[in-house]
Amino acid sequence: MGSSGTFELRRGRRKKLGAVMAGLFFVATVFGLLVLVALLVDVAIQAAPWLDVSFLSQMPSRMPERAGIWPAIVGSLWLMGLTGLMAVPLGVASALYLEEYAPEGWLLQIIQINIANLAGVPSVIYGILGLAIFVRFVALGSSVIAGAMTLSLLILPIIIISTQEALRGIPSGIRGAAFALGATRSQVIWSHVLPAAAPGIMTGVILSLSRAIGETAPLIMVGAAGMVVAPNSVLDPFTVLPIQIFNWTARPQDEFQGLAAAAIVVLMILLFTMNLSAILLRNYFEGRRAGGG
Amino acid sequence: MTDNSQTPDSRVDTDQSVPDATNGTADQPRRAAKVSNDADATTGEEVRPKLRIGDLNFWYGDTHALKGITMDIAPNEVTALIGPSGCGKSTLLRCMNRMNELIQGTTMDGQVMLDGQDIYEKEADPVMVRRRVGMVFQKPNPFPKTIYKNVAWGAKINGYTGDVEALVERSLRQAALWDEVKDRLHTPAYDLSGGQQQRLCIARTLAVEPDVVLMDEPASALDPIATSKVEETITELKKDYTIVIVTHNMQQASRISDRTAFLYMGRLIEMNRTDQLFTRPQKDRTEAYVTGRFG
Ligand SMILES: Nc1ncnc2c1ncn2[C@@H]1O[C@H](COP(=O)(O)OP(=O)(O)O)[C@@H](O)[C@H]1O
Ligand SMILES: [Mg+2]
Repeated sequence: MGSSGTFELRRGRRKKLGAVMAGLFFVATVFGLLVLVALLVDVAIQAAPWLDVSFLSQMPSRMPERAGIWPAIVGSLWLMGLTGLMAVPLGVASALYLEEYAPEGWLLQIIQINIANLAGVPSVIYGILGLAIFVRFVALGSSVIAGAMTLSLLILPIIIISTQEALRGIPSGIRGAAFALGATRSQVIWSHVLPAAAPGIMTGVILSLSRAIGETAPLIMVGAAGMVVAPNSVLDPFTVLPIQIFNWTARPQDEFQGLAAAAIVVLMILLFTMNLSAILLRNYFEGRRAGGG
Repeated sequence: MTDNSQTPDSRVDTDQSVPDATNGTADQPRRAAKVSNDADATTGEEVRPKLRIGDLNFWYGDTHALKGITMDIAPNEVTALIGPSGCGKSTLLRCMNRMNELIQGTTMDGQVMLDGQDIYEKEADPVMVRRRVGMVFQKPNPFPKTIYKNVAWGAKINGYTGDVEALVERSLRQAALWDEVKDRLHTPAYDLSGGQQQRLCIARTLAVEPDVVLMDEPASALDPIATSKVEETITELKKDYTIVIVTHNMQQASRISDRTAFLYMGRLIEMNRTDQLFTRPQKDRTEAYVTGRFG
């Protein structure tokens, strides 16, 4: 033992520094929140006169009093449903392959890096890709399905990555225990891996779908326009809420700014609901997991 | 590298003396030969080893973790593996039921014979090997399900056609847990204490009716009372099963095991009857270890 140095504890100074740091972090948080609240309040005030049932149920119109967002709501829901149907199975299956089956090595690493990069590619690039491949080459035209395929590509990397995270988060002992009982890999995956990862996977899916529902640029690229009718089939042209908002804000008249604000409120409510359900689902599953099932 | 494919037909499981799982009944565990534990020591008579490990080498990447291990594991005995941390005990244990091949980048050569049949031969199916050679892990790792489902799942996936409820009860009784959980079978396994969870994991392993049970420091995460419960359980089990247990604790090895193997830096230094190994070790290094001079 017997060190020759002494400890200058300087407790007062360290405490003071800690307090200053805590204060700074608090201010930063409050600043962000205030800006957000200010934005929301401003939008809500503008939107208030326009928000009513007929706004939700009517077609867009040149006359602001008669304009509504029905086709945009239907288009957004179609798009989200189709995107989910395509991207979720594909993304979850890819993640399962990468995590549970693929042999480790340089190839896997390259794939992994590329998926991470794809998640960071600007969405308009996916729009260009969608235009070239789905709209023109596959000749789907500017249809809902072409838009959904484009958005599927966009959110696929996010779903893969969040599913992989969820799979990695499973206590490793569970896999070992199942294998040691003489389970095959698919039995391990179906009975233990997927149920344990489900909350994480669902959260990732909902968050990526809520990203898809807010996208504008790639859909403009594939030719979604200010449609005045809702799509009836996957091959119909369509519009979505962000594009409707974009079209209205481009008009000079104040009334259309109000309509845009009202549509923004609807979109925000939709997004908020999705995020909330992601949280609720996760909590529900976590409760069930701890509670057996 | 061993073949990880899972062929549907299993050579390993078909021609052995193990009766069909369906023949098991609640009060009569289906165990074939009951071999006297000290038959070979007193009479010198050859007992056919349950597991026979021949010149086994194992690598994690470039790390040579097991170096030319040769040993026999006698049936219906508790064999303890001791040695300092990192000497390869867990690795050796995992070689006995092909759990090692789930770790990527590993290489193995040598033989592991179960009842005279190489579990690493081409036609052997690792899935069937693991059903016959069960494993209990260091950290209790019940499934996030109910107590009942924890025990029943292994039987279910292995196509058990008998009375599952009776099987669950029998397995829990064998693991000395039944009385503590019989009124709460359908409550979450996570609500059990650590020691109960570990006995649940033992019951879960027994429910697929293995021949051999491997245990990797099963009591190291438990308090003394839970430890002695688990130890009692193990002593009970050797009537019906062959048990290989890794332990850090030499008192534990001498309390519960019939035979002890001392490993050091990937080599088997010495293996003998437990009382012999602890009282009259043949090798200096064994003596140094069992007397606590290193490790
Ligand atoms: N999954 C692994 N990957 C790489 N090396 C490992 C792995 N598991 C064990 N090892 C190495 O193999 C050697 C033996 O380890 P192990 O069998 O766990 O020893 P013990 O159980 O006796 O403590 C050690 O050098 C250890 O670092
Ligand atoms: Mg170990």
